[in-house]
Order: sequence, then structure tokens, then C-alpha cells
Amino acid sequence: MAEITLVEAVTMALAHEMEQDPTVVVFGEDVGVNGGVFRATAGLQKQFGDERVIDTPLAEVMIAGMCVGMAAQGMKPVAEAQFEGFMYPMVDHLVNHAARLRHRTRGRLTCPMVVRAPWGGGIHAPEHHSDSNEATWAHFPGMRTVIPSSPSRAYGLLLAAIRDPDPVVFLEPKRIYRWQKETVEDSGEELPLDVCFVLRDGTDITLVTWGAMVKETMEAAQALAEQGISAEVIDVATVAPIDMDTIIESVEKTGRCVIVHEAPKHCGVGAEIAASLADNAIWHLKAPIKRVTGYDTVMPLYRNEMNYMPSCKRIVHAAEQVLRFE
Amino acid sequence: MASTIASFKVDYYQYLDPDGRLVEGSQIPALARDMKELVSLYRLMTLTRVFDKKAVALQRTGKLGTYASSLGHEAAHVAIGSAMREEDCFAPMYREYAAQFYRGVKMSDVLLYWGGDERGNDFSGPKHDFPWCVPIATQCLHAAGAAMAYKLYKQPRVAVTVVGDGGSSKGDFLEAINAASAWKLPLVLVIVNNQWAISVPRSKQNTAKTLAQKGIAGGLPSIQVDGNDLIAARWAMDKAVAAAREGRGASVIEMMTYRLSDHTTADDARRYRPQGEVDSAWNKEPLLRMRKYLMDQGFWDEVKEEELLDECAERVQAAVEDYQHAVSNDPQSIDSMFEYMFKNMPHHIEEQREYAKQFPAEGDH
Ligand SMILES: Cc1ncc(C[n+]2csc(CCOP(=O)(O)OP(=O)(O)O)c2C)c(N)n1
Ligand SMILES: [Mg+2]
Repeated sequence: MAEITLVEAVTMALAHEMEQDPTVVVFGEDVGVNGGVFRATAGLQKQFGDERVIDTPLAEVMIAGMCVGMAAQGMKPVAEAQFEGFMYPMVDHLVNHAARLRHRTRGRLTCPMVVRAPWGGGIHAPEHHSDSNEATWAHFPGMRTVIPSSPSRAYGLLLAAIRDPDPVVFLEPKRIYRWQKETVEDSGEELPLDVCFVLRDGTDITLVTWGAMVKETMEAAQALAEQGISAEVIDVATVAPIDMDTIIESVEKTGRCVIVHEAPKHCGVGAEIAASLADNAIWHLKAPIKRVTGYDTVMPLYRNEMNYMPSCKRIVHAAEQVLRFE
Repeated sequence: MASTIASFKVDYYQYLDPDGRLVEGSQIPALARDMKELVSLYRLMTLTRVFDKKAVALQRTGKLGTYASSLGHEAAHVAIGSAMREEDCFAPMYREYAAQFYRGVKMSDVLLYWGGDERGNDFSGPKHDFPWCVPIATQCLHAAGAAMAYKLYKQPRVAVTVVGDGGSSKGDFLEAINAASAWKLPLVLVIVNNQWAISVPRSKQNTAKTLAQKGIAGGLPSIQVDGNDLIAARWAMDKAVAAAREGRGASVIEMMTYRLSDHTTADDARRYRPQGEVDSAWNKEPLLRMRKYLMDQGFWDEVKEEELLDECAERVQAAVEDYQHAVSNDPQSIDSMFEYMFKNMPHHIEEQREYAKQFPAEGDH
């Protein structure tokens, strides 16, 4: 069993599912011969041929629209958008069709498709390559938005996303594509969607996050531990729909919550979590809920991008503010 | 009974062949005899190539972010830029530097952009030109919109845009053709067909014999030219720009060229492209044939070439220094993230700005 990176886990999950299920096809720009610009589909076309791993013309509307068509006819297309910032043309097909085909046809037609996309900032990429717009997708009823934060979760959640009978937007935190290696068995075992993962147990404060921000949040938890503060860290993983039960249970225990995300604050997924906590756990809260987020600005070009992204320091600062309330 | 109700053809134009000889039997455009102009355009092609090489070197040594090279496209880009007037509007994609240099964009602006500094998009040159456009083909519709504005203003101005062979597969491009045809817009749509869209070869976009014929399908006069032949490319541009300016509507020009470089510095074309193809493309590249032609005509020689290369190296070096000065001695502040979001900054963004200033990034820029 090999130690693999997050991006290699994506490849492994794709290969596994293509092997198991002949209706799974990989569909996108540069996914074939080139193996994807981040190598997420490396070797797959060699292994499965060019009718399973399909290089498409440069056309995102076509990619999304055709996936709706293929999925409605029983295939399981796994599309790749080269970067999340190039998913915007797909909105019409995802929102008006993929997300509501089941509902519109009273279950007669369904849309078991996945759109994968490298997502988020922090790799000094060019303009439009660093957006974090999970909230955009999370807002639309009828589809799931899933974000892994480790090699094993990437493997298990991508398997689940492909097998899921409904559309899934699968956002891959490219900043941590190659950050850590983990031993991941190619067991074909999926991880559950719609479930949060508790990454670190704690009693004093709950830190809620997802994607690449898991890195800074775990560092912050460690920094807090050194001050004698016990932080629980939750990786939300499926940001739509959100497993509020796990988050509420944690906040009932700690009484304090800081939510961390890279995306802009306004109408971010953090706002939904905070609102649900206000709804369901307000009597357990000892302090206001704080959000540490990207700003409500355009994602800056790379010289300023680290000034934009939440840092360990910002998370610790927010935690300290919250901990001041007795 | 069946009858033909419409039929089409696509003409191809080449005046200067890869060996630098005028193609016999054709009516040679006047530009071929305008040695002063040709020398001046050749100088810009050369400057662009020297700049390009330097930009790649800067990226390789960590002084520049990802950079999209224009290597091999110089004739097409110079033809586009030099056929336009200042008051015309250019909506580029991301590698048409020579066209922009002609319009007054500075080399240091290009470096700022790829160097991760927004000031690059606030470039010198015409203030109404669009910034670089990474979301593929979207610029086609902005150019169509600009053309619509000029038409409604009743101004004799033209919008020019560029799209790649890959980008020509997107609806934005086809919708721009359609709009330009429906409203007879003063628009020139140039397809710079460099045979590759990252790793996807032209043949995988579709099986149409030409991309120009997409314009014909939409009702626009459309031709294909040798985009490595400055004379043909410029002749086609002149014709299209004049038609647009005179109210005769839009056209499509497919310029055939070749991407001699990797897609960007983040790409490694050896993974998907045979070296033999690249080697033979070098025989057709645009500077070589223009240099030969100018030499044959007695308007260029080795000494002039050496002097030009030295001059270009100096100018490029000065641009690099301007760039490095800007990012090191006068970097953009944290405030700059929040400025320009709106004319009237909303209160919550002001608050975020004050907060952000307490948490400057550590280490990494
Ligand atoms: C909408 C969109 N999809 C994908 C990309 C990623 N991407 C950047 S350049 C490129 C290929 C462009 O090829 P082409 O249009 O032929 O232009 P060239 O780069 O060859 O000049 C792709 C797929 C993008 N920038 N925008
Ligand atoms: Mg191309």
C-alpha cells in the first residue's frame, strides 16, 4: 500500500470506479493525453481508452450540458472543469437541469453526474484561477457540493460522489493537492456524503472548516493547545447539505464556535452554519460565533493573495476573542 | 427536385512564403513594397520575441508567475495591432503582446500582470481597451458590445478581438458572430489558430476544414490567411477594419500559425506533442521569412540585425527593472485589495480593510 497525495487519491478513485462501473466516463479539457493540468487524470486514458477518458473541445457549456444528457441516459459522467473559475458557464445546465431533473420529472429522469474542479487559492496561479465559490453551488437546491481535505477523504468521498444518484459538485483544494501523503488502500470503500468529520477532539471551542483551510485550522488548534485551550476541529466536507447535527453536538459541548473559510464572507457557507447554530444551539453558546474568511473582494492576484487568505494567526485571534467570554 | 440555394468557399491568402519569397501569380499588397513600414513592423516582432524569451527566463528563476508565451505568433499579433487606430478598441485574450505594444502597452505592464500585480491590467495605451481575458472567448462578446456602442454612437470606430482555435469552440465566439451579423457591427473577429489548445490539437475541436467557415455560417465574410506571413495577415486586417469602419459590417479572419512554446510556463508540451511537429513549425516561423525578404530587398543585413538585438535587449532589461522596482520598492498595499471594488466603498468592506491591515501575511508575498 502506497502513500499518496490528495491528487493521486483522486486519480485512484477515478480508476477504481471506472474499473467497477463501465458507465463511468471522464469528460473534460486536457484530461486525456495530458492527464489534466494538475495530473488528476494521469494515465487514465492509457488504461481505459479514449472512449472512457474523453478530451473535449474547449466548451464548458457543452461539457455540463452533455453530462446532463449522458447522465439522464444512465451514464455516470465525471466532468472536469479545469479550474473552478471556469465553471461559471456551466451554471445554466447545473441549476436549470442537473439539479432539478429528478424533481421536474417526478423521478422519471435523474442526473447522477459529477463535476470536479480544482478550487481555491494559494498556489500563485494567474487571474481567475484561485476563486473559492463553493457557496455559489451550495445555494442551489438539488445538488450536493463536496470538498475533501485529505488523501483518504478525497478517495472515499469521490467514490461516494460518483456512486451518488444525484449531481455532485466536487471541489478539490488544489493548494493541498500535494501537501501531505497518506496511506490509502484502494479498497473501493466510500466515505459517507452529508457527514462532517471530526478531525480533532476538544472541549473549549469548536473550529469548523473545510478544504485547504483544514491545514491552517489544525495549526491553530495546535497553537491553542499550547496555550492550554482544547479546540475541536470539524471538517464539514459536504458543504451542501450540511451535517448540522455533528456541529451542533460539538457546540453544545464547547459553547464556542469559530468558522473558517477561504471564500468571501458575505453569504458564504459560514453564514449558513452560523445561522443554523443560532437557530438550534443558541442556549449552549457562551460567546458570539466568529467567522474567519476571505474578504468581500475580488481574489487578488498572487502578490497579495496571502494577505487575503485566512492564516493561523487570524484563526487564533478569533478564537481568543471568543474565549474571552466566560 | 433539389437545387442549391447557397454555397460557400473559404479563400486562403499567403503572400510571403516560408522562404521569404513573394508568392508568384498573386496581386501583391502594397505593404510588400513599403520597406520602411515593413522594417518598423519587423523591429516590433523582434522586440516581442526578445521580451518573450526574457519573460520565460524570469518565470524560470522565480521572478515572475505563470506566463503565456507569444513565441511564433508575432506576425499575427503585429498585423492586428498595426491595422488599428488608437480610437479603435482591442479586446485581447492573453498572449497578443505585440498587438498591445503597438498600441502603447508597456512591456513592464505585461510583467506586472503575470507577476501577480493588478496594476498590469491598468496598462498604458488606449484607456478604452479591454484588459487581458483569461475566461476563454468571453472577450468576443465584449468586443461585439463595444462595436454596438460605436454603432449607436455613430462613431467610425472598430472593435477587434482575438480568440484561439480552442476558444472558437465556445458559444461566446459563435454568439459574437451571430450578433455582428444581425446588427452589422463594426467588429473584426480574429481566430489565431496556433493548432493547439493546451494539449488538445485543432483536429479534436471539430472536423470542419477551416474555423473561418464558422463565420460564413453566421453570415460574415470570412477568410483564412497564413498568420506567419505579416503581409497577408496585415492585408486581411486592413480590409476587415476598413469594411467595419465604413459601415459594411463585421468579418472573421482565421490566421494560421503555430504555438512554438509550451501553452504557458506551467505546461510541458512534451507530454502530448511530437517534437518533429514543433521542429518543422520552426521552418515556417514569421520572423525568419520577413528577415530573409528584407535582406533580399537590400533593406536589412547582419549588422542591422545585431544592432537591433542589442537595442531590444536593452529595452527589455529596462522594462524588467521597471517591473522589479514596482513590485519591490513600490508594492501594492493591503488597501489595494479593497480599493476599486466599488466607487463608493460599502461600510463592511471598509471594516474588512481595517481588519486585514492588522494581519499582513508572513513570509510568503
Ligand atoms: C472558460 C475557460 N475554460 C478553460 C480555461 C483554461 N484554459 C486556458 S487557455 C486554454 C486553451 C486555450 O486554447 P486556444 O483557445 O487555442 O488559445 P491558445 O492558448 O492556444 O492561444 C484553456 C483550456 C480557461 N482559461 N477558460
Ligand atoms: Mg490555440
